Order: sequence, then structure tokens, then C-alpha cells
Amino acid sequence: MALLELENVHSYYGNIHALKGISLTVEQGEIVTLIGANGAGKSTTLKTISGIIDPRKGSVRLEGEDLVAYRAHEVVSKGVIQVPEGRRIFTRLTVRENLEMGAFLRNDTQEIKKDLEWVFSLFPRLEERQNQVGGTLSGGEQQMLATGRALMARPRILLMDEPSMGLAPVLVDLIFDTIKDLNEQGMTILLVEQNALLALDVADRGYVLETGMITLAGDAKELAANPQVKEAYLGG
Amino acid sequence: MLRNLLKKYDTTDLVMYLIGAVLAALVIYGSYQTLSSGKYSGEVWLDFIIFGLAQGSIYALIALGYTLVYGILFMINFAHGEVFMSGTFTAYFLAIYLDSTGFWNQHPIISILLALVVAVAVSTTIAVVLERIAYRPLRGAPRLVPLITAIGASFFLQYTFRGLYGSGVKTYPDVDALKGSWNIFGIEILKTQAVVIVASVILMVALRFYVQKTKAGRAMRAVAEDKEAAALMGIDVDRVIVNTFALGGASAAAAGIMYALIFKQVNAFMGFIPGIKAFTAAVLGGIGNLPGAMLGGLFLGVVESLGPSLVLDGLGIPAPYQLKDAIAFLMLVLVLIFRPSGIMGENLSEKKA
Repeated sequence: MALLELENVHSYYGNIHALKGISLTVEQGEIVTLIGANGAGKSTTLKTISGIIDPRKGSVRLEGEDLVAYRAHEVVSKGVIQVPEGRRIFTRLTVRENLEMGAFLRNDTQEIKKDLEWVFSLFPRLEERQNQVGGTLSGGEQQMLATGRALMARPRILLMDEPSMGLAPVLVDLIFDTIKDLNEQGMTILLVEQNALLALDVADRGYVLETGMITLAGDAKELAANPQVKEAYLGG
Repeated sequence: MLRNLLKKYDTTDLVMYLIGAVLAALVIYGSYQTLSSGKYSGEVWLDFIIFGLAQGSIYALIALGYTLVYGILFMINFAHGEVFMSGTFTAYFLAIYLDSTGFWNQHPIISILLALVVAVAVSTTIAVVLERIAYRPLRGAPRLVPLITAIGASFFLQYTFRGLYGSGVKTYPDVDALKGSWNIFGIEILKTQAVVIVASVILMVALRFYVQKTKAGRAMRAVAEDKEAAALMGIDVDRVIVNTFALGGASAAAAGIMYALIFKQVNAFMGFIPGIKAFTAAVLGGIGNLPGAMLGGLFLGVVESLGPSLVLDGLGIPAPYQLKDAIAFLMLVLVLIFRPSGIMGENLSEKKA
């Protein structure tokens, strides 16, 4: 059984039909990427999985259990954790408080402490700035914080929405190295990216999304070599 | 040169600053006249200040409810004055019952705490029910809609309580143990006022601790900043909103019991003026900001208490105390004109530490 499975999901923003029958699977231990242009429905897919948007049709299953009936905070308790687009860190809370927010549903104080050390070892910058409020961080540091905050929840699957957005190339590399590292440690990741080249490079498999529908799917290396994908997303 | 000046500042600005300058001059002239006349002794001034602090702590506790709810929902809960009234008015019936059995004055501390428990229970319930049936269904609506609903809820509660408990003014029984005054460091302070000031300081410190240091308080701050991101942390946003209303209701109830200790009289419409004053205090301090609401409340209380005798008396205005409400609302207007974000309000465009 796939860890995460979407079957024929239809989502709407008011009357706008944003997802027109999305089906995809993510297996345990994989990095799967969802690529596509602006407005194709990538973020909508993640919001639907997280329960921020309720689909009108179709199912979202985590190891066979349907998540559609759950509200956003209940989906989190199932271990489906999202790093949202634009990072959405709490700018008035300190870095440490932000990280503690990530572990909001956990009560295992000792283990939370260990995870905090682990996140600090992944992003030493965050340890240096743990008492600063989030709003004073640079864009790259905020992305580290958003990622670390999600890790504090001990995700079974990590949903990442455009982690490279607005970052300098060296920081993009750092974030993607972290994504690879996390995956090597066993983390399952569903990665949404506009930067298709980068995404297909780290991913095992990929889906191409166009105007709310999946038009191509397959092995990441094959997708990267596909002439259609090359022309549309990889700059020829 | 005058033309250049006029270009730089438009006429409204100039008129506003002119009004500000005239008011400042009046305040200085009035205070000078009063002080040089020596009509009031130093002790009297001290009394005014202490009474202002007591009155101000009541405003501050009510203001916390406005500011907490505003911080999270960006709405002004104009029915908050009635949340304050409902608990105090209901606890009155317990108070007279306890007084009729003699328990009220045999065990004053237990009695006041019992009245507090009843007031908190009623006010909190009403605040939470209000959120559930009047505000939650309108959460996605334009901001004017819940505002109008709040005013409607406010009238509904006033007239419901008048219908239930009658329209007359009722008087809380005296607490014999709180009659008279204490001499603290050579200053005579009325016992009721001392108790009110100390109790509200304790409550405010506790509330500040709750919001800053506990997990539930952190969740509240997270929801205030970004509801969707908070939900993605596993926070039940609706529950946090209910908690916020409950917390505001409980502090309004505490303010109500203190109000009853000082002013004794309660009726169905008692929430209106303190409610608006507390709203003024919240705006004064910077709405959405907790320490701001506390400071704004104390500040308003003191200004209201000192203003009439300090400024108006010196200007030769007869019966200056009749005008203390006018002073309070003049403060509101001035703050809205000259510093709309309030004393401690942050500029919303730059949320920095």
C-alpha cells in the first residue's frame, strides 16, 4: 500500500475548478515531485492533502485511511506535515518558539529536546538565532526555520511547497542538500517546485501538472529527458 | 514662504495641529491656574491618582478582552461591555442572598470569591456562546458585518437582562471588612481601592504570563499571526478562538466584581459606559497589544480622575466632574487623530522586534 494516495481529487476555489481529477501516489521513503507552471494547481494539491481545502470529489488516503473528513489540525496529528509556500513562519515569535510550535501536538519533552538538537545540527544558523524573533531572519534563514519547524512534528510524510522560492542560488543548494539528506535518513517527501530541473534532480519520481490535471508521470530521470518537459519547464 | 508651507501641509493637517496646540495651551493654563490657586492639597491629588488607578485597573481588565479578541479576529466585540455586566449583575443575587444569611460579612473573602466564581461562570459562558452563534458564522464576512452583529448582541443582552432581573438599580451589600482605609507608607488608601489595584495587577501579570509563557498562550499568539500556518502546526484554531473569548469574559467578570466593590450599584445598562471606556483604553494603548491595553486602562483612569479638577477647575468650568466622560472620549478622538496605532501599537507594515 502506498503511504499517500490521491485518487481522482477535484478541488474548487469558489466556482473555480482548480483540481480536475488528480491521482498520484507516494511510496514510503520516496521523494516525489510535482512540477508545473504557476496556477497549475500544485499548491492547491498540497492544501487539499493538508485539509485546508476540502475536495468535492475523490479521496486522499494515508496508508489506506481517508483523510478527507479530517480538519487541517487533525491531518497534522496523522503525521502529514506541510512546509507552506512563502514559509509562513511566525514573525513575532522567537526562532525557538517557532520550532516549539512545530512540536505542538507532542508531549514527549525528552524526545522534543532531542529533535531540537537535531534541527539545530541540520541548521546551525537557527541555533545562533534561537532567541531572535522570526521576522528578523533573512529569507534563507526563514526557509530553514520553516523546514525545521515541520521536522519538529516528526513527519511521516513531509509536504514541501516551493522551498526554493526567492532564495539565492547558494541557499537553494543548501535547502536541496538538506532535502536529500533527510530522504537518505528515511524521510518521505512530496516536493512541489517551479524549478523543475532542481526538483527532478533530487526526486525519484515526478508528476507534471497542467491546469489542474496530471499530464505526465514517471521516473524523474526519464521526465527530465522527456522532450515535452524539456521544452516547457527546463528551458529547451 | 507661507505658500511653500501651505503646500507641504494640507489645510486639514494645519487645522488639526492648531486644535492640538489650543488644547495643549488650555491644559497647561488650566493646570497652572488650579495649582497656583492652591485649592487642593497634596493629599487630595494623591487621592485622585489612587482612585484613578483603581478605576483604571477596572478599565484595563475589560480592555484586555477587547484587545485579545481584536488581536485574533480583527473585530471589535462591542458586546463586551454586556459580558462585563452579565456576570456582575448575576453575582449580585448571590451577594444579597449571602448578606441575608449573614455569611457575607462573616466570611468576606470567601463570599467575594464565590461571587467572583459566579460572575466568571456567567460572563465566560455568555462570551463563548456569543462567539459560537453570533460571530463564528460570520467569520468570512466583511468586517462591518460582525461589528453590526456585535452592537445588536449588545442591545439584546441589555434588554434580556433588564427583562430577567428588572430595570431598577440594585446595590451590592457593603463589605464591612473593606470599610475605611489603610495607612500604607504614610498614605491613606481606601481599602476597596487598594484591594482592586492589587488584585488587578496580579490578574494582569498572570494573564501576561499565560500568553507569553504557556503552550496555550503560544498557540494564541500563533493564531493571532497566521491562522492557516497555525492549523498546519496542529493547532485547533476554533478552539483557540473560543479560549480567547473565554479569557476575555473571565477578566471582564473579575473587573465587574471590582467595579461592584467600588461603585456598589449594578443594573442592566451598567456595561455600556465602562465598555466604551475600556475600548478607548484598548485603542489608547494600541489595540491588539496586551501591555498596551493595561497601560491604556491605567492611563485613562488617572486622566479621567485628575482631569476635571486639574484642568477644568482651573478654567473656571462649573461642576467639572460632570465632564469626566467628555475628557475620556476627547482622549479617544485625540489618539485617533494624532497616533492612530496607539501608545504601544506597532506599525502594521513593519512587524519587527
